[in-house]
Amino acid sequence: MTLKIEQVTKRFGDFTAVDHLSLEIPRNQIFGFLGSNGAGKTTTFRMILGLIDQTEGKITWDGEAINYQRTDQIGYLPEERGLYPKLTVKDQIIYLGRLKGMKKGAILGELDKWLERFKISHYMDKKVEELSKGNQQKIQFISAVIHQPKLLILDEPFSGLDPVNVEQMKDAVVELKQNGTTIVFSSHQMATVEELCEYLCIIQDGKPVIHGSLTEVKRSFGKKNLFIHADFELTFLKDLPGVVNQKITSEGCILQIESEEVSQSILEAVHQKGMVRLFALEEPSLNDIFIEKVGKSYE
Amino acid sequence: MNKFWIVLAHTYLTRIKSKSFLVTTAIFLVFIVGLGNIDRIIDLFSGDRIDQVAVIDDTNQLFQELVQQNELADTSFELVAYQDTLAEAEEEILSGELTGLLHIQTEEEGYFSTIYYTDQLIDQSIQQQLTNDLQQIKVALATADQGIDQAVLEEIYQPIEFETLAVELSDGRTARTEEEIGAARGLVYVMLFVLYFSVIQYGNMIAMDIANEKSSRVMEILISSSSPISQMFAKITGVALLGLTQICLFIGAGYYVIESRSDVMEGDMFQYFGFSDVAMSTYLYAIIFFLLGYLLYATLAAMLGSLVTRMEDVGQIMLPMTLLIVVAFMISMFGINMPESSLITIASYVPFFSPLVMFLRVGLLEVPLWEVALSIGLLLLTTFALAIIGARVYRGGVLMYGRSTSLKDFKQALQLSKKD
Repeated sequence: MTLKIEQVTKRFGDFTAVDHLSLEIPRNQIFGFLGSNGAGKTTTFRMILGLIDQTEGKITWDGEAINYQRTDQIGYLPEERGLYPKLTVKDQIIYLGRLKGMKKGAILGELDKWLERFKISHYMDKKVEELSKGNQQKIQFISAVIHQPKLLILDEPFSGLDPVNVEQMKDAVVELKQNGTTIVFSSHQMATVEELCEYLCIIQDGKPVIHGSLTEVKRSFGKKNLFIHADFELTFLKDLPGVVNQKITSEGCILQIESEEVSQSILEAVHQKGMVRLFALEEPSLNDIFIEKVGKSYE
Repeated sequence: MNKFWIVLAHTYLTRIKSKSFLVTTAIFLVFIVGLGNIDRIIDLFSGDRIDQVAVIDDTNQLFQELVQQNELADTSFELVAYQDTLAEAEEEILSGELTGLLHIQTEEEGYFSTIYYTDQLIDQSIQQQLTNDLQQIKVALATADQGIDQAVLEEIYQPIEFETLAVELSDGRTARTEEEIGAARGLVYVMLFVLYFSVIQYGNMIAMDIANEKSSRVMEILISSSSPISQMFAKITGVALLGLTQICLFIGAGYYVIESRSDVMEGDMFQYFGFSDVAMSTYLYAIIFFLLGYLLYATLAAMLGSLVTRMEDVGQIMLPMTLLIVVAFMISMFGINMPESSLITIASYVPFFSPLVMFLRVGLLEVPLWEVALSIGLLLLTTFALAIIGARVYRGGVLMYGRSTSLKDFKQALQLSKKD
């Protein structure tokens, strides 16, 4: 049950949306797919789903191409949310569930469970257009997972949700993974990606810039963040060797340093100067990596 | 295949339960029943008072005869002898008690003359009836004076016999008799209108449905579950079933009205349209051409509908289809009175026109079977070709979002669905 994307290219006329992309997503993983707007994420998802055909390359799931015989195993939450505004939640999910090969009785059973979980059982007979955006999104999510898909593709699942709902949905995603679903998702919220994904890929202009497990990605990035809170002026640290960047905060500064070793010379430089309240060496955040990797190509 | 039926059932059931469908259907049914009972409705509003026409008869002998004539003709007014003066009668007319006053005067030369006083000059029916009655009385008087026997008179007025017979064709068949053509013409009229309205209404319904799924963005989920091509045809079939349901309801209502009012409805129009004389094959052709015509236009509508993103653009993109069906309709309206013109013959092979025009020809003329077969063949071929192109455009079109509605979109949609 591995999703394999091998040397996939998609061209629209002269424009190359995806350029020789190769990924392997093992079973039972949450895979984060990152990229700035227009990087080719949605196009890749559409190719995985077979909605559009790739110009070159091969996409297989469990060794075979994904076609309409196998779509019942796949759940999809598109970036542009879409439900029938005039249909009730119940009718909506029944129709979409039946299109995934489920029986009506089974759909209603699952729907009850999900609505209960998201605490929106009273919306069962409401029309979708009467629901708030956040609740519509929960319905959208239910429609993508009601048939217990083996492969779940979530395009920006958390955008537009309040923190409480983000937590609810994250829990649901983790639970699906534990039940054996392979999940590919894209997001702009780096913190969420860090929290959920073991593997990730950042693409830029259709090409993968970074690819691998989260720890690996962070390690190979090399640079670290050093948090210092002190009572004295810290601007002089910028000119020390090994310091890449300095960001002044209200209580001190955050330094980006080339490697762990640099921290020791900085420690020496500051510990004589006065009161140091915090001196912490941390792994780079995904946000830093993303900005550095993707931001570069804009310069 | 299973998913085909799910989409079909969904299309059919959500549409048939929708308020707009129920309301339109109800309005049409009321309209049909109302039209069938139009005489009763008119009676309901005008039948409350019988018009009275006063008669001053100077000859003192015509009044009784006039009353007799009037009773025979079963008119809606009553004749009463009037004793008072003309001036008083005029006042009663103005106050509405009398509808009119007929003054019969004796004449020296000829027999009599009449003056009719009334304030109602728009409704001419009473005047016409009185003129007829008086004319007959005069003829009776005049012939009696000349000593002509009543029987002779009847013979003179007997209408001549005039019969049209169809000459037998070389292959033993005859040209259509007048009744047959009249009947077929009725069916052709009905079929032309039904197909015209069906294509416009249900074609739009399909396009709206697709545009709606696109604008609400539910389309992307749908096509990730079942193939767009099976969806497109499920939609076409679903709307077709919906249309057939509606048409059956209308025909049922129409049939009921005609049956229940058959006593009143043997007027000219129904002889002209008289459906009873239509050959079985004509009905069969009507069904075949209706279904094929619908399928062709519905495929076109689905293809066009998949190109737009917003409901507002549906009208604009549907314009070419509407123009086609209007032209087809105009040609057939022209052809109904000259079915043998070469324009009609040529048009009966052109796929977008043939459902209407070829049906018109088979209805009104004797068309060799191979010509019909050729026309149907071309129609099927075009529908098939359009279905293939339509399916490809649909597949690409449903993923395409943008503002414009142009030929560029068409190309882009084809490109999106390309394999390589």
